[in-house]
Amino acid sequence: MERSLAQSEQKAGLSQWLLRLPAILYLCIMILVPLIVIIQDGFREGLSGLWHQITLPIASHAILLTLWTSALMTIINAVMGLVTAYVLVRYDFPGKRILNAIIDLPLSIPTLVTGVMLVMLYGPQEALGGFLSERIGFQIIFAPPGIVLALLFISFPFVVRNIQPVLEDLDLSQEEAAVTLGATPWTTFRKVVLPPLTLPILSGSLLSFSRAVGEFGAVVIVAGNIPLKTQTAAVYVLGAVESENRLGASAVSILLIVISLLVLMAANAIEKHWGVHR
Amino acid sequence: MKQKKKGWGAWILIMLVVSYMGLLIVAPIFALIKGALQNGIAAVWHSITSMALLNSLFLSLKIALLVVLVQAVFGSLTAWIIVRQEFPGKSLFNNLIDLPFALSPVVVGYMLLLLFGRNGLLYPLLESLNIKVAFAVPGMFLATLFVSLPFMIREMLPVIKNLDRQQEYAAATLGANRWTVFWRVIFPQMKSALIYGVSLTLARALGEFGAVLVIGGGVQGRTETATLFIFRSIEERQNIEAYTASILLGAFSVLIVSLADRFKNIHKKKQTIKSI
Repeated sequence: MERSLAQSEQKAGLSQWLLRLPAILYLCIMILVPLIVIIQDGFREGLSGLWHQITLPIASHAILLTLWTSALMTIINAVMGLVTAYVLVRYDFPGKRILNAIIDLPLSIPTLVTGVMLVMLYGPQEALGGFLSERIGFQIIFAPPGIVLALLFISFPFVVRNIQPVLEDLDLSQEEAAVTLGATPWTTFRKVVLPPLTLPILSGSLLSFSRAVGEFGAVVIVAGNIPLKTQTAAVYVLGAVESENRLGASAVSILLIVISLLVLMAANAIEKHWGVHR
Repeated sequence: MKQKKKGWGAWILIMLVVSYMGLLIVAPIFALIKGALQNGIAAVWHSITSMALLNSLFLSLKIALLVVLVQAVFGSLTAWIIVRQEFPGKSLFNNLIDLPFALSPVVVGYMLLLLFGRNGLLYPLLESLNIKVAFAVPGMFLATLFVSLPFMIREMLPVIKNLDRQQEYAAATLGANRWTVFWRVIFPQMKSALIYGVSLTLARALGEFGAVLVIGGGVQGRTETATLFIFRSIEERQNIEAYTASILLGAFSVLIVSLADRFKNIHKKKQTIKSI
């Protein structure tokens, strides 16, 4: 067995397949087979049957609610992610290390726990939530703003952590040159700092959007489950499964899969283009 | 890097970020802790020692550890062939790996139900073999395996890409067999990524909710994981139990990831923030 590595690599024979086969089988069984099964199930009554299920009032409301809350979250997250990354990289202030550590918390806190926490703070029976709903008439929990809040929580790290390393590698002398030449801070930011950050912001945003569209644990607690009001697509699927509405569950699931996959592929393509690996 | 002078604009931005993160992330955490303690520490202790909570935590841990084991082996293997081998369909492969990250957990659970459930494709086969997958622990294991699939692979990919191949060739030239090359040369370089990947996978697996809810059904005492216990407690208005379990689960996950993070930083002797 004392073969050299270089030799065996050229051979590309049995040993390569020994590694390749289990990995490919693993992915096929884990991902491809379930996908094929659900697609086959959703198209039982053809494309029109699938379309009919998606366009039912309750289903389409859930889908649209999911899409617009996710989109709103993505915009806020992109802006706040950029500001947060900028502040963390460019300024020094007491408590910065703590702040930097807090950013990753949403990645490790279970999303169901996230939902519970948000209800504890912003729920109508809690101090802050009660104040907001009674004094200002702004209800967060069991309403769309709560969904946006939950989605903001779970996807906060994606944009920040995408921008941070790029911002750190930026050449400060360019900014100084711009300022010396009389550019205002805003112009400097827009013309010098922002351009190299565009792709990282975009891929981070797409990532958080794709994640948000399928989010369940945090949303089901925060939004409640009121059809035509606060029911999101993932919660709709759960309801359809429980009431044995198999075609409806499969149809909305397929739509969710397609959206996730397309957005992910776009994010991957951007990252490839940008040439930095996550 | 030089530090910019701070004007009032800088302070406004800092305050904006601090209050945003405070209201979004920090305040809810404190609200949860305060909620758990509303009836005193004794009530918290009482719910920690309840059998239902302990059993559900134990089941979560059991499933998560098994998932981590499988993921460590197959995740590393998959990352390895993606970097080192060329084969048709590789880019499709690459996109599929991330799918569990974005796919709704409810959909994941439902897909498994279509395969293993009462009207499922594989149900007759399983029936004849007398294996129960849906509404049982094996199904929950598969669901958790699915949702945590990308973490290990994504952690290992860059490390395998950056492996120093000269060292491998040198070791092989000096007469080391492949096994020795792997253990002595390759494995030490992968170790810290492996540990980080394991901890991310573990945290994700412990926190899985939607997929295990659909495939497992959350039968108390049989298929109830910690997240399902929290969900049932909330529906039954057993608030202290729900909050206590949430804190336990959240703290445990955060601890695992931050320990691994620390290990990674020591190992690399390089921190993202260091250069400032």
